[in-house]
Amino acid sequence: MEVPILKQGEILIATVQAALTDSDLLQLRRALVEKVAQARARGIIIDVTAMDVMDSFASRTMREMAHMIRLRGAETVIVGIQPDVAFAMVQLGLSMGGHDGCRPGRRSGVLTPKFTG
Amino acid sequence: MILVGNAVVERNLAAGVESEIHVPIASDQDVVVARHKGRALATELGFSGRDTTLLATAISELARNIVSYAGRGEIVLRTTHNSDRPGVMVVARDKGPGIASIEQALREGYSTSGSLGLGLPGVRRLVDEFEIVSEFGEGTTVTVRKWKG
Ligand SMILES: Nc1ncnc2c1ncn2[C@@H]1O[C@H](COP(=O)(O)OP(=O)(O)O)[C@@H](O)[C@H]1O
Ligand SMILES: [Mg+2]
Repeated sequence: MEVPILKQGEILIATVQAALTDSDLLQLRRALVEKVAQARARGIIIDVTAMDVMDSFASRTMREMAHMIRLRGAETVIVGIQPDVAFAMVQLGLSMGGHDGCRPGRRSGVLTPKFTG
Repeated sequence: MILVGNAVVERNLAAGVESEIHVPIASDQDVVVARHKGRALATELGFSGRDTTLLATAISELARNIVSYAGRGEIVLRTTHNSDRPGVMVVARDKGPGIASIEQALREGYSTSGSLGLGLPGVRRLVDEFEIVSEFGEGTTVTVRKWKG
């Protein structure tokens, strides 16, 4: 299931349409990291409203993706994490303010992956 | 969309009441199939959206561990009951290398693959009952239960 990526000015918007397998996630990461320079994007929005599960692999892949994109000169914002999914992430230990490096954005459901070290 | 059903064997037990779903696990596609099957079963039993998502997340972690560490195995889903509530039982089993130290494997942040090490300790928090049996060199079976809230 390929994730469509749209360009809106300096922003790339990737909208996840259905459940993603691990290889779909890795493919999305590859595509975005490639497109960010090509499109001279300053920001990436990943809409994960359609994701019914965000497990540790998905979280790690998103985090690494944001890191790579930052190295390519743009910021990543993840939007649309459903309340139940957010709850499960916290239970899993993917705490938003803690060691997984994500902090809640100003609007609810928005995560700006943050990197230290 | 994800196709479910082709690699999945469903059979009713002799009792006719409880159904058991076997999902063979050998690829990342199967991980998605397993969690969708689990979601469907929990929904059927009247689980809340939240509990359904917690269960689906647990299944995802267990199925991925099978793919990552054993290569192949299976997830068995079945309905179960305690004195007053229905629940879902998930058995994740493989004949892979087994776990040398279960105590370590259950520790947050412990991973032999350089990943987050949150799978097993996380699953433990996502479900109501958690049991792991692993024989080094023989395989691993993780059994979890989640009751309708
Ligand atoms: N089915 C399995 N077979 C063999 N080893 C496993 C299995 N599941 C988990 N493990 C071991 O337990 C460790 C911890 O698993 P987990 O908590 O899911 O974290 P992670 O998968 O991120 O490493 C793994 O790194 C692996 O060494
Ligand atoms: Mg794991």
